[in-house]
Amino acid sequence: MKKLHTSGIRRSLEQTNIRLHDMRHHAREKNYEGMTEEEVTIAQYKAHRWSKLIFVIILLAVFIILAGAELAVGDYDIDLWSVYSILIDHIFLGKPIETLEQTVVWEFRTPRVLTAIAVGIGLAMAGAGMQSMMKNPLADPYTTGISSGAALGATLAMTLGFTLISGTYGTIINAFVFALIPSLFIIALSKYRKPSPAMIILSGIALMYVFNAAQSYLMLVADPNATSAVYAWTVGSIDGTDWGDMPFMWAVVILGAIIMMYLSRILNAMNSGDSYAKSLGINTDRTRVIILLAVSILAAGIVSFTGIIGFVGLVAPHIARILIGADNRILIPLSALVGACLMMVADLFIQAVLSFAMPVGLITSLIGGPIFMIMIIRQKNEVW
Amino acid sequence: MVVEIKATDLGVSYGEFRVWQGINLKFDEPGLISILGPNGVGKSTFMYCINKILIPTEGNVTIDGTDVNDLSFKDIALKVAYVPQASNETFAMTVMDTVLMGRYPHSGFNTSAEDLQIAAECLKIMKISHLAMRNFNELSAGQHQKVMIARGLAQQPDLLMLDEPTSNLDVYNQMHVMRMLSKVAKERGIVILTICHDLNVASKYSDRVVIFSKGEVYCDGTPQEAITAENITKVYGVKAGITEVDGRPYVLFYDGGDEQFQ
Repeated sequence: MKKLHTSGIRRSLEQTNIRLHDMRHHAREKNYEGMTEEEVTIAQYKAHRWSKLIFVIILLAVFIILAGAELAVGDYDIDLWSVYSILIDHIFLGKPIETLEQTVVWEFRTPRVLTAIAVGIGLAMAGAGMQSMMKNPLADPYTTGISSGAALGATLAMTLGFTLISGTYGTIINAFVFALIPSLFIIALSKYRKPSPAMIILSGIALMYVFNAAQSYLMLVADPNATSAVYAWTVGSIDGTDWGDMPFMWAVVILGAIIMMYLSRILNAMNSGDSYAKSLGINTDRTRVIILLAVSILAAGIVSFTGIIGFVGLVAPHIARILIGADNRILIPLSALVGACLMMVADLFIQAVLSFAMPVGLITSLIGGPIFMIMIIRQKNEVW
Repeated sequence: MVVEIKATDLGVSYGEFRVWQGINLKFDEPGLISILGPNGVGKSTFMYCINKILIPTEGNVTIDGTDVNDLSFKDIALKVAYVPQASNETFAMTVMDTVLMGRYPHSGFNTSAEDLQIAAECLKIMKISHLAMRNFNELSAGQHQKVMIARGLAQQPDLLMLDEPTSNLDVYNQMHVMRMLSKVAKERGIVILTICHDLNVASKYSDRVVIFSKGEVYCDGTPQEAITAENITKVYGVKAGITEVDGRPYVLFYDGGDEQFQ
């Protein structure tokens, strides 16, 4: 009896499907009636491009809601509309920050949210660029040993007090400079060997071992307080930033975004292999080094402020690719949006669900890993 | 004006191993030219020397009188297009986006209406308009090959080089592609260079045949001049006979017995 029932449902579903298919087919035929083959292709392509824009618009809306929620939630709850009106009043109408509510939103929470967004945008764009440039879905912003370089730089500052520049920014500058060493190393090597993806990955791994060994030694001989501080740094958190950090961090992110957008078409071509990219007029060896440097500065600029926040740079481009495909011209901006949203979701989870402070780097990896698994199993487009 | 490609005393060595040397070839008439020769004889290497993917160890290649070494990749891309043998995409875009990539040397960041028109025409020429919105990696090897040829045509080069463009195609599509290339070459007044392993398809549609063998150009001429039983036996080491189909030489292969394959 039950079996009969379900097969009936299945049949009616199938019929509905067939009808829907016919309707769609009919609509397409009707729409394109009287058009030449070329005109139909172009019309389809344009419709396809518009459908991609819809994803961008939806994600923008999600982004705005998440940012508002991030600013509203905390020990001192503020409702969502007040948050938006405080922001609009202050940014666009120039009203001063006076009340407690305004101070909480603008002085305490906005830097944190801006950091989360910068991290998401920066790491996601760097990840998308790295994956396309290396032709490798496993590449992330840290692939070349950026994170281990940054960690060693920070460790040197925290355990030995060795900093390249003295002052409050000592640790950050240390991390930034050391994070750039792997890509500078590859640039130096590229005079003798072609900077192929394999060469970039392997020299990154080689340097990572050296950096890790040095870092482990420093932590072994350091006093426990310093070791604990290093551990906290390597987990990655957005708690420590304030308005003073914003100019440099955002300068790096905006500069990186401009460079990545400019390179997006070249990245598309490089995805078809070096010899084809060359035949399109792209000097692949030189371009690869430029992309590497841009991605490194972007990732280093972020990691030096926040520590190593994993997973966002790897997974945001994959989510974006599932949504809109592999065209870097739209993939890079959409990855940035996805990355920013992921960071805010992770931070909201800490603020709203957990009652204790936790570094956001732990949450991104903890929640992100399983989500990534589900997506790999479910995705049908076979974009990678 | 037709482009003039000239290779002078060209030689390539990989370390100790010499691929070929003393190659002198000139292409300055519109038409379909097939490069034939056994595996590993350096046919692809010759193409790489023309668009600077590889720097030759001896001699040089000029495009319209200018040494390719003095041209940037971009300058070359405006005149020479290359269609690789196999696709090599990691992250696939739609077929239309893939073909539009061929417009890269001509257009800036944005895709113009003209680019769209050209790409759509190339899809039509290759009879793959129905695949326009499909993802590149959902297609078969033969369809990949047709998309890549469309991408090469979209670049609107003066010299179009194709590395075994028909290797994955069925007999209908082999004939369609070679026939279309021969027609396009004359209509647009461009030189089309293909590497080919099917002697009979090459013979049927080529205007000129260049046979590479043992480190040199063995033979260069019309299909009637180049594709003879004697040449095929010498170059490929296979017992062959020739008959005529559609006014062109047609090669018949015979099993030469155990001694042939020793």
